Amino acid sequence: MASSYLLPHAQHAPHAHPTASSQPRQHHWSPYTENGGVILGIAGKDYVIIAGDTRSSEGYNINTRTARKIFQLGSGIILGVVGMSADGEELARKVARKIDDYKRNHDKHITVSAAAVMLSRTLYQKRFFPYYCQPLLGGLDENGVGAIYTYDYVGSFEREQSRAFGSAAALITPFLDNQINLKNQFVPGSNGEEPRTPGDMPRDLVEKIVKDAFSSAVERQIEVGDGLQMVTVTRAPPRAEEEEATVEDDDEWTGSTISETLSPLKQD
Amino acid sequence: MNQHPHGWGRPRDDVYGAYDSSYLNSTQPVTHTQRPIVTGTSVLGVKFQDGVIIAADNIASYGSLARYDNVERLLQVGTHTVVGAGGDMSDMQYLHLLLDNLLIKEQYPADDHHLHAPQVHSYISRVLYQRRNKFDPLWNSILTAGADPNTSEPFLSYVDLRGTTFSAPALATGFGAHLAVPILRRHVPDEAAVKDLTREDAEKLVDECMKVLWYRDARSGVTYSWSVITKEGVETGSKKIENQSWKFAEMIKGYGAQNI
Repeated sequence: MASSYLLPHAQHAPHAHPTASSQPRQHHWSPYTENGGVILGIAGKDYVIIAGDTRSSEGYNINTRTARKIFQLGSGIILGVVGMSADGEELARKVARKIDDYKRNHDKHITVSAAAVMLSRTLYQKRFFPYYCQPLLGGLDENGVGAIYTYDYVGSFEREQSRAFGSAAALITPFLDNQINLKNQFVPGSNGEEPRTPGDMPRDLVEKIVKDAFSSAVERQIEVGDGLQMVTVTRAPPRAEEEEATVEDDDEWTGSTISETLSPLKQD
Repeated sequence: MNQHPHGWGRPRDDVYGAYDSSYLNSTQPVTHTQRPIVTGTSVLGVKFQDGVIIAADNIASYGSLARYDNVERLLQVGTHTVVGAGGDMSDMQYLHLLLDNLLIKEQYPADDHHLHAPQVHSYISRVLYQRRNKFDPLWNSILTAGADPNTSEPFLSYVDLRGTTFSAPALATGFGAHLAVPILRRHVPDEAAVKDLTREDAEKLVDECMKVLWYRDARSGVTYSWSVITKEGVETGSKKIENQSWKFAEMIKGYGAQNI
């Protein structure tokens, strides 16, 4: 395997360019590309939201305005990926397949925490030719509480409350720090003494914050825009006893409901 | 058998003679395609209300030399799909071989199951992504166009040498992505607009874009092949760019010998 491929943002070493005219001119082919876009995940007490824009670009070209970055993997688990879309889609396909295999082998749905470890291993298996994408894994944990797992390219991961990845992550992260984790916010009337405690946020409020985060990012990042894909996992309504008995393919019941909305963002 | 720890399990040299490794791989490292050689330029594709149009010119260039002027870059695959390729022409021809073999294999069961554009696009994109993973890419950007034989739902998708895929109502590879896509998007900005674009308008639109490319892309040709795919099947033809006007060239100054 070639060892000299470069990530899109990596600096070319000075010696990589043939300086003497006697050396043949060589195109340096990189297997990597960067398709832009941004994703954002927020975990609540009984829900998870992963949202992403639908623009896919390469350099200054907009490839399409309708590319989805959030994938439903089955068993109530969703995955958002930004970076190189070919690698991202391959990763989503692979993990969806593994989640399906798990279901068939063990006759039960994989938990988010187990899927999180599995995704980490899947990324690490390509440690020396990494997937060039940053994944956000979302779902409801064993207690029905929202969980977001965040990764780097080679599989380091942790569970978090909120995270933005992609080309506007630097714009959205401080906004999330302030609006979701309530950093630098104080209880009104406490004269800046008592910090507000982050915690349970109603879903409709969080959805508004997500939309604001994206419409602001669109204004300042050229790679972000066109449309907003928002995928939400919530607890499925509990089923009545007799209904539980009559449902034939009971295995399909995951305990969570996934809903997806598409809304417009600015196209310029 | 050699019992020494360093060569355990191997034939002993003093009994069998030194191991003849001459037939193994030479010391040369394996080399892969680092750049395209004979290349085709843009491919255009537009969806319209009951199908898709795809077009590509017939030039294959060797650097800046127009080396071949009668190259067919559109390939009909099955009954309702056309694949158009830009980039390296030998890699395109290899891909045509793969697609021919794929179709032959699909014929054997005679089970009335046919591959349509989404399946063909999927197949090509897997081949291209696998080859980039082997650091031995097929140096092409490819449009797959098709229509569903039952619903006439148009299909148009792109894939390139890194396995990047995407779909849109109008697509173009190469220089076309810069010169033709903005014109095409004016007419079909989204899927909803596709419903209002007639075949006649779509054909005119493609003619216009091919003319712009002929004017501005130095690797393009004056004749081009086109295919229209509807639920009835594939119609294919060849065209020459008509009503050319090079008046605009008078405005261009500063790129060569000029007396003014």
